[in-house]
This record gives sequence, structure tokens and C-alpha cells, in this order.
Amino acid sequence: MALQAIAFYLLATVTVGAALLVVSAKNPVHSVLFLITAFFSAAGLFVLLGAEFLAMLLIVVYVGAVAVLFLFVVMMLDVDFAALRQGFAQYLPIGALIAGVLTIEMIMVAVSVATKGAASKNATPQTFTDAVSNTETIGRVLYTDYVYFFQASGLVLLVAMIGAIVLTLRHKPGVKRQDIAAQVARNEKTGMRIVQIKSGSALDQEGLSE
Amino acid sequence: MIGLPHYLTVAAILFTIGVFGIFVNRKNIIVILMSIELILLAVNINLVAFSAFLHDVTGQIFAMFVLTVAAAEAAVGLAILVTFFRNRGDIAVDDASMMKG
Repeated sequence: MALQAIAFYLLATVTVGAALLVVSAKNPVHSVLFLITAFFSAAGLFVLLGAEFLAMLLIVVYVGAVAVLFLFVVMMLDVDFAALRQGFAQYLPIGALIAGVLTIEMIMVAVSVATKGAASKNATPQTFTDAVSNTETIGRVLYTDYVYFFQASGLVLLVAMIGAIVLTLRHKPGVKRQDIAAQVARNEKTGMRIVQIKSGSALDQEGLSE
Repeated sequence: MIGLPHYLTVAAILFTIGVFGIFVNRKNIIVILMSIELILLAVNINLVAFSAFLHDVTGQIFAMFVLTVAAAEAAVGLAILVTFFRNRGDIAVDDASMMKG
């Protein structure tokens, strides 16, 4: 139990500290790397809660896909990030004030819900055994009660994928590309031209050079 | 003994750090997108913590859906960012007024 408490406080401190560095780092590449740290330690918190499947999903989806996508975009864009930090000190006091008020309010609400609501009946998180693992439990509910939601989330990803491709795809003019229909429709009438060459005249005078 | 209030406190602090990040980085849309990811992570921690302490796995399924939407949002947001950068040569969002909104 003491070990669990130490692990919780360590992971929670790292998560919050990394999150603070995400929003305050000067270099956005460092922000992305701190975001990865925050996600890793949040995955550790999920493991402490017994949600191993979501912990692994967080690492695979966020660290493996989303954070790398952020890293690509940050490194690809040639932006003067120092100019973008203008106004940081100006908005810092009001931002800190609102964040402080919001934190206190949310912690008060959360603690009262956690100590008086239905969730206060169980003192420990749900434990899973090898016979009925966390992944199997999720699968049994996800593919029965929430199968339509599961399909809908697949559609969301499909639409996002098409949207991202449509937004960023561009055809440069002057680049020769394959046109399958035009290539297949070629026959000897369109693909070949017979010209009569007068003897003694050069080829390009007959209009062959296009 | 680590109980539900501890996890909810971590999630609340993470959420407000996300809001704070949007406040102080008003020009840098990349950091704004990362702050939104932090907010969604805080929501996920709340969902998983309640799911674990209610002994009901439904919260974890909802956390999965939040994860899906967050990934889709990041992809589309970054695609818009890249298109915006191509058109403007700059990503300062506070003078993004081409649509006269």
C-alpha cells in the first residue's frame, strides 16, 4: 500500500510538472517532448487504477501517433516561435488567477462528489484477475452494449482521415502524372500521325516539333 | 491510502493547466492544440478513476471514445494548421481574419 502511494505521488507529480512545462516551454519541440512525458506518467496512473488496456492504448495512440504527428508539424513549419510568445507575460497574471480559481472550485466539487456520492462506497479500485482481465471485460461490454458507438467512432476516424488528406493534398501545376483513362483510350488514330516528308527538307520544318 | 479524491485532484490540476496554457499562449496555435490534448487527458483520468472506483467498466469505454475523438481532432487541427501556414507563411492566430468572422 505504501508502495502504491509512493508510485501515485511520483506519477502525479511528473504528470503535473510535465504539463506545466508543456504550456511554458520556450521551444515547441520541448513542449511536445514534455507532452509525451505527461502521457507516459498518466498511463502509469491508469495502471495504478487497474485500467491496463487504456494505459497501453494511451501510449500507442498518443505517444506513437499523436505526439509524433505534433513533432512532425512543429519541425516542418519554419516559424519564428519567439514572436509567437509575445503577450505571454501580459496574460500570465489573469491566466494564473483564473486557473487558480478554477482549480480550487474543481477540487472542492470533485472531493465532495468522491466522498459523498455512489463512488465513495468502494474504497479500492476494481481489481481484475487473470481469468477475467481488464481487456476482456472491456471487450465484452464494448462489442455488445456499445457496438454502435464503436462503429461511429470508426466513422469519426474515417472522416478525420479524409478531411486531413483533402486539406493538405495539393496538385502542383506542371507536374506530369499518370492519367490511366487517357492512356488506355489511346489508339492508332490519336497516338500516331503520318506525315509526308519532302526530300531534302529538315524534319522540324514540317511542323513535327511541337 | 490513495482514494478517488487524489485522482480527481490530479485531473482537476491537469485540466486547469490546459486552460491556463490556452490563456497564455494565445498566438501559438501548436501549444493551444497541445493544451487541448492535456484537457482531454484530464477528462480521461476522471472517467477512468470513476470507472475504477464504481467497479463499472463503462467509464473506460467512454475514455476510449474520448481518445478516438482527440486523435481525430489533432489530425484535422494540424492539417488546418499546415494549410494555414502555406497560405500565410505564419501561424499567428490572433490576426487570422481572412474569413472576416
